[in-house]
Amino acid sequence: MSGTDSVTLSEGAGSMVNHPVKLAVKNLDFFYGQTRALKGINLSLYKNIVTAFIGPSGCGKSTLLRVLNRMYDLYPAQRATGEVLLDGQNVLDPKLDLNLLRARVGMVFQKPTPFPMTIYDNIAFGIKLYEKLPKSEMDGRVEQALKGAALWNEVKDKLNASGLSLSGGQQQRLCIARTVAIKPEVILFDEPCSALDPISTAKVEELIDELKSQYTIAIVTHNMQQAARVSQFTAFMYLGDLVEFDETNKIFTKPSKKQTQEYITGRFG
Amino acid sequence: MSDHTVKAYDKELEQIGLKIAEMGGIAEKMLVDAMGALSTQNAELAARTVSCDPKLDKLQREVEEAAILTIARRQPVAGDLREIVGAIRTASDLERVGDLAKNIAKRAIKVISDARVPRATVGLKHMGDLAAIQLKDVLDAYSSRDAVRAKAVWMRDAEIDALEDSVFRDQLTFMMEDPRNITYCTHLLFCSKNIERIGDHATNIAETIHYLVTGENLPIERPRTPEKFTS
Repeated sequence: MSGTDSVTLSEGAGSMVNHPVKLAVKNLDFFYGQTRALKGINLSLYKNIVTAFIGPSGCGKSTLLRVLNRMYDLYPAQRATGEVLLDGQNVLDPKLDLNLLRARVGMVFQKPTPFPMTIYDNIAFGIKLYEKLPKSEMDGRVEQALKGAALWNEVKDKLNASGLSLSGGQQQRLCIARTVAIKPEVILFDEPCSALDPISTAKVEELIDELKSQYTIAIVTHNMQQAARVSQFTAFMYLGDLVEFDETNKIFTKPSKKQTQEYITGRFG
Repeated sequence: MSDHTVKAYDKELEQIGLKIAEMGGIAEKMLVDAMGALSTQNAELAARTVSCDPKLDKLQREVEEAAILTIARRQPVAGDLREIVGAIRTASDLERVGDLAKNIAKRAIKVISDARVPRATVGLKHMGDLAAIQLKDVLDAYSSRDAVRAKAVWMRDAEIDALEDSVFRDQLTFMMEDPRNITYCTHLLFCSKNIERIGDHATNIAETIHYLVTGENLPIERPRTPEKFTS
């Protein structure tokens, strides 16, 4: 575990030298069949910090996110080489228990994906996979998770209604609650707001800000203002390369790479 | 830097740049004319200088308005954001330069009847020339986004400050020589203060350019002459 604290920091992240690293990506390559989609990625997700991945479509940002909890394992002919160290333990190790990994590294997707069951069961379902809890304790966990996702007040009187009856923004927060319920250590957000209206987006952003005190967070977003608002670190990727990784404040006022500047100011292509 | 994908964005930034250039031209001319009017006792030139000021004020508002609209519309970041903030700052500095030049022109009209010691304006004219060069250089640096040239302007401001001290001593001497010079020389003292401030605005603009181009601020303390008689 101690080894993770001293990983080689990516360029520009010098101010974080003494900050604990939760997840360290080292020399990561990723292949879809013959296509090399990630090229020698090195970066760190710092503990209790929100890191945003930005870049044009096809740059590899979602791919990178999917590597962090081995989501790609579901597909044949996709493989990763290099290391992804979660508290020093290599996530890419084939012997790793994937269920355990995904309990530690949760994920929220672009489109809200509630299960076709009650709001209560949407939350309880995930917990039951990992823990056997008596009903009273389960009730407490469901409430805690819904509160953690800032949804409790809106659904507490209709926990037996279908998760699908909620609005899009509420569904997305339900998915966040479901992720939070199993007490992960890292939460990965893959464009969590792209299907939401501005008010729901603001609620999710507020939530991300609150969640970072307990979790380490990575978010992929196409909305650069969102990256600027919610993250403390930003990684700009292009064609499978990590072009620039630095503090968000610096990326959006004084990026050091011309490519980053051109992308975030809307000059790309 | 290549163009924005949204062409209208480039157009907006370009328009703001053009207005700043126009403001720079007016401010420069106002300073030169005001100083000319003062040293040649030309009331007509002084009055024309005063009448230029509203145009400068109007342009400043237009720059601000355009900048605010661009921020609202485009949420500029990085170089674009520094560009917009730089434009707002520069416009406000140039507007102040206009006010100060106008003040010199007004004083030029007032002192025409008692311009008793023509040599009293010699040092002042030198100061004015130096300020005009500073202003011209800083405006060139702005239009070419030249941080090195901007920094040179910033460094040179110390010369104007030093000259102000010497003008101050000169005016005291003239006043002591003959108390009837006091009104005239006091006006000239205010003029020298105004020129010194114009120099300060030129250095402000130089700082703005440096930030705009490099993203780095120049140090807070800029080079100064060690002792000052004034203020």
